[in-house]
Amino acid sequence: MSVAVRNTSANTLTAGKLPKGAPWGLLIVSWLIFIGVFALLQASGTTTDFNVVGAFFFGTILFDILIVVISMVVEGGRKAKDRLVTSLVTTAFIITLLPLISLIYTVISRGVARFDSAYFNESMRNVIGAGGGAVHAIVGTLEVTAFAALISIPIGLLTSIYLVEYGRGRLARAITFFVDVMTGIPSIVAGLFAYSLFALFAGPSIRAGIVGSVALSVLMIPVVVRSSEEILKIVPNELREASYALGVPKWLTIVKIILPTSIAGLTTGVMLAISRVIGETAPLLITTGFTTSMNYDLFSDRMMTLPVFVYTQYANQGPDATPFLERAWTGALVLILIVMALNLLARLIGRLFSPKLR
Amino acid sequence: MTASAESPTKTATPPKAVIRIGDRVFSLATVLSGSLILVVLAATAVFLIVQSLPALTAKPGQIPNDAANFWVYVGPLVFGTVWAALLALIIATPLSIGIALFISHYAPRRISQLLGYIIDLLAAVPSVVFGLWGVLVLAKFIQPFYTTLVNTLGWIPLFQGPVSGTGKTILTAAIVLAVMILPIMTAVMREIFLQAPRLHEEAALALGATRWEMIQMAVLPFARSGMVSGIMLGLGRALGETLAIAIVLSPATVINVFLLTSQNPNTIAANIATQFPEAQGVALNTLIASGLVLFVITLLVNMAARFIVNRRKAFSGAN
Repeated sequence: MSVAVRNTSANTLTAGKLPKGAPWGLLIVSWLIFIGVFALLQASGTTTDFNVVGAFFFGTILFDILIVVISMVVEGGRKAKDRLVTSLVTTAFIITLLPLISLIYTVISRGVARFDSAYFNESMRNVIGAGGGAVHAIVGTLEVTAFAALISIPIGLLTSIYLVEYGRGRLARAITFFVDVMTGIPSIVAGLFAYSLFALFAGPSIRAGIVGSVALSVLMIPVVVRSSEEILKIVPNELREASYALGVPKWLTIVKIILPTSIAGLTTGVMLAISRVIGETAPLLITTGFTTSMNYDLFSDRMMTLPVFVYTQYANQGPDATPFLERAWTGALVLILIVMALNLLARLIGRLFSPKLR
Repeated sequence: MTASAESPTKTATPPKAVIRIGDRVFSLATVLSGSLILVVLAATAVFLIVQSLPALTAKPGQIPNDAANFWVYVGPLVFGTVWAALLALIIATPLSIGIALFISHYAPRRISQLLGYIIDLLAAVPSVVFGLWGVLVLAKFIQPFYTTLVNTLGWIPLFQGPVSGTGKTILTAAIVLAVMILPIMTAVMREIFLQAPRLHEEAALALGATRWEMIQMAVLPFARSGMVSGIMLGLGRALGETLAIAIVLSPATVINVFLLTSQNPNTIAANIATQFPEAQGVALNTLIASGLVLFVITLLVNMAARFIVNRRKAFSGAN
């Protein structure tokens, strides 16, 4: 925005304007002021530990006030209003970063305590106080999510192929609309649906991994459909026409031309969908239940999953809460690591294997 | 050449398209899986209705909490759900508009995509982790502020005491919810802001408008309905969020608007999550029926949001 002319005192173009780096300098100065204030508070013993969040929060507020006042004096009303909005917008962004930073910092710092080999080798069977691990929950999460993916990927892919390659008219429009609506189904309602479905023929006390998989796939299918649809749409029409011109049937065109072209994007979409459902807690809490023992069988008995493990460790603390909370935080750390790994891998695949058009 | 000369006489009857088995099977499979989605959605509604009938027709005394009938039971929960979601929306809306504007129009072009990823990172954090963070970090951190608020502004009904000693209030829950729905709201709004016609923006700047005036004149009017739908999608998310609320809130069976006390209205989803593992008989049916109510509420909100988006797509200047 500001004109990039050197701010010399004789230059009429930049007269009545703040120099280019002024906002940034001011922001850093006001942060430093409040870091100083809070450091003093800590040194004097008023607060027990250094309040990083407070320092940056109040520093940013101070910056907002300073920049508007200074700009009002130097640059006048219109420009000051612009500065106000700029600083407010920046503040909104910084305020949002604070919980993210705080959350990641807490999960890592409290999660490393139990990030040991026992955590990945032991279950919670016969563990009352300290010790134990989450291997049963990790195995459960992987099994339930894998089966959910097994259900959702074919259905999701075929639906997106229908929408892009075949779908015309009312059915296609209805499917598009309801897929969008389905993205907004609360996860707990998906859990209730899967539960009521299985409770019809297995009795009201049914709890099994497969029920959780069905619940997760209700949440996963719309995500897979949306992302694959976007990817299939950008496959160039020339490829289809060239294939038809050579006399290739439509289904072979799809299988041999369109899917291989878009395979990187499809994989990315599917992995992002998996990473979205792998952290779901509510549907699993009511469909797979919870247990302290290892259970490899998806089709019978309760099965522990990692998100539910984190929840139950918090919700059913023993008389000494520390080992329970430590296990919960480590579970949270493992969960975030899995989700992040899936996310990164997905984006990496999308970048490395996408067809080079130019 | 000869072939083309002969062809008019040969194709007196138009050539018949060859119908291949592969084509038939494949297109049938795609149609079936597409329809399956509609079936699943319908089945969700049907199964929930079937399972909730016993609760809807239950006699007094069968429903938990000594409620006279199902509607008395679900009333406070509906209020709590809507109230918590609205509070979260009030916090998240200005923030998400700010972030979306920051990413689309303020941040340097080179890092704006990176900033978008960072906000998306928030969406990748599982809700149970948000819950843990909310109760063990945020609630403890924010409780002293609540005490100050109640002491100084306690005469305003919203901030009426007695203050919760643990910080597990509906305001804390709403803050956690707001953080959780920010990514989706920001994503929708960012897309809309980026679609604002470039020529209008440049014209405004060329006439000497400051950046804020340009946004006011060229971007916001264009993006209004997109912002509304982003807000409604956020509302849909907030209504259905379960575990974060179940962990953060200390619930009671009340209807009140006090933000900072330890007597908070519970939400439908959190109530299901906490009561379901021990529920039996009619209590179970009651929970499923409350889930049905939640399903209907979110369905209406989402359909309204999608309706606004779709209507806009057809008549926008962007295409």
